[in-house]
Order: sequence, then C-alpha cells, then structure tokens
Amino acid sequence: MNCEQFVEQVTAFLDGVMDPASERRFVDHLAECDGCGRYLDQVRATVRTLGDLPPENLPPEARESLLAAFRRTDV
Amino acid sequence: MELPGDEELVARLRARDEAAFALVLDSWSGGLLRLARSFVSTGESAAEVVQDTWLAVIKGIDGFEGRSSLKTWVFRILVNTAKRRGKREYRTIPASDLGPTVDPAKFGGPGDPFPGHWLEYPAPWPGPEHAALDGEVRAEVAAALADLPERQRVVLTLRDVEGYDSAEVCAILEISAANQRVLLHRARAFVRGRLDAYFTGGEVAP
Repeated sequence: MNCEQFVEQVTAFLDGVMDPASERRFVDHLAECDGCGRYLDQVRATVRTLGDLPPENLPPEARESLLAAFRRTDV
Repeated sequence: MELPGDEELVARLRARDEAAFALVLDSWSGGLLRLARSFVSTGESAAEVVQDTWLAVIKGIDGFEGRSSLKTWVFRILVNTAKRRGKREYRTIPASDLGPTVDPAKFGGPGDPFPGHWLEYPAPWPGPEHAALDGEVRAEVAAALADLPERQRVVLTLRDVEGYDSAEVCAILEISAANQRVLLHRARAFVRGRLDAYFTGGEVAP
C-alpha cells in the first residue's frame, strides 16, 4: 500500500469494515509512514471538531405550536 | 434526560400523553433541525421542515409498526419531507463523488523515486494547547460543512455532527453501506482539506 491508496482507505479503517488482509496492509503502512499517521490524526481531529459544533434549537414558538397541535389531536 | 424505551414511549404518545411528546420533541428537535438545515437551501426554513415532520409524527404515530426504532422512523419522516421539497436522488453516486479525495499532485508520480508516496508530508496542525483557536476552528468547520454537496453534507451531519453509526444512517437515508461510506469519506476529506488550508495558510484544493 502507498500513501495515495492509504488516504482513500481511512474511512473504511475508522469504521472497522476492512477485510483482515487489507487492514493489515493499512496498519503496516501506518507503522512505517509518519505522513500518513499525521493524515489519519487530522481526519480524527476533523471528526472531533464536527462533533463539537454547538447544538441547534427549535424556536420556542414552534415548540409551543407543536405541543398545541399534539393536544388538539385527541383520539 | 433519559428517554423511556420505545415501547413505553409509543404507548404514551398514542395515549396522547403530552409530557411524553414534550420529551421526544425536546430530545430530538436539535438533531432534526441540523439535519433539515443540511437539506434546505438558505431561503427555506429548516424549522418549517422540522415542524412538518412533527405534525406528520403526530398524525402517523398510531400507524407506527416498530420495524425501526421510533427515532429512526421520525428522522426518516424528516428526510422524506425535506426530499419532497427538492426531489433528490440518493441511491446512485454521481461521477463527481468518485475519484481521489486528496489532490494527486501531493503524491509522487510514476516517474518519481517513490510513486504514490507523499512528496511532502502533510503539515502539522496546532495542538489542543491552542484552545483560543477553538471557536474559529468550529466556524471554519461549519462553513466547510455548508459548502459540501447536499448528499455529502447530509451524511456527514448524521455521522459526525449528530453521532449516528453507519447502520443508523443507512436506515434513515435508505442508502447502502457502501454509498454511505463513499459520501462520508469524501465529506470528511473535504472538511479536513479546508481545516488544513486554514491552519497552514495553503490553497484550498478544488
């Protein structure tokens, strides 16, 4: 495996869906190549930052009108 | 706030228990809103899509068959509501979604001593000690997310922003695991590239 192939396998690796032989080639390359180690770390950092984005909230009036709609639909 | 299990939740919603409805409304609207924002163009209101979704949930809860989790079912209703506005096809991957995710010029060519290897290693990024950067970094990531093609944005939002696993995202979007991975992979590489340009002051790859 070379670096150009490595970067295209990062998502499959992180999801743990590589077949055992490919995963071994991936890990072997990772052990030998600082550039690819750094690339993988940067992808991980990107994923962490995405998970850190501030939460969104429904406007209070939308929430109120949905609760009212729920009350109106009696069985 | 811990949600009760699906069985109890569904029973309470069907019994028109308003506290149960408020519970799911408050727990899931944030995620729904973010997902809606990944579909609708700026002019349209994501909150409107979320409201339509909840109205459909209120109307449809008696027909919920429990073939997926309640939450997946609700998120699927949002996806269908949002898609109906735009008529998009999710099952096939357009050609623009194939091909390398890192600029091939960064790797050695066939004539170089090490074909396919980094000509120059990716530049290091500042470490976590640069906490002052956090807000700016998040803003850059949010901007990159907004610039993604819609299908990639939707998958990245569900996987990495909202934290769903691959199986859940496939169930919500009704796409295959392989398509889901292609979209996620491209989206992550794009956002990583933008962060790289931000940190190293380089050019953004096309």
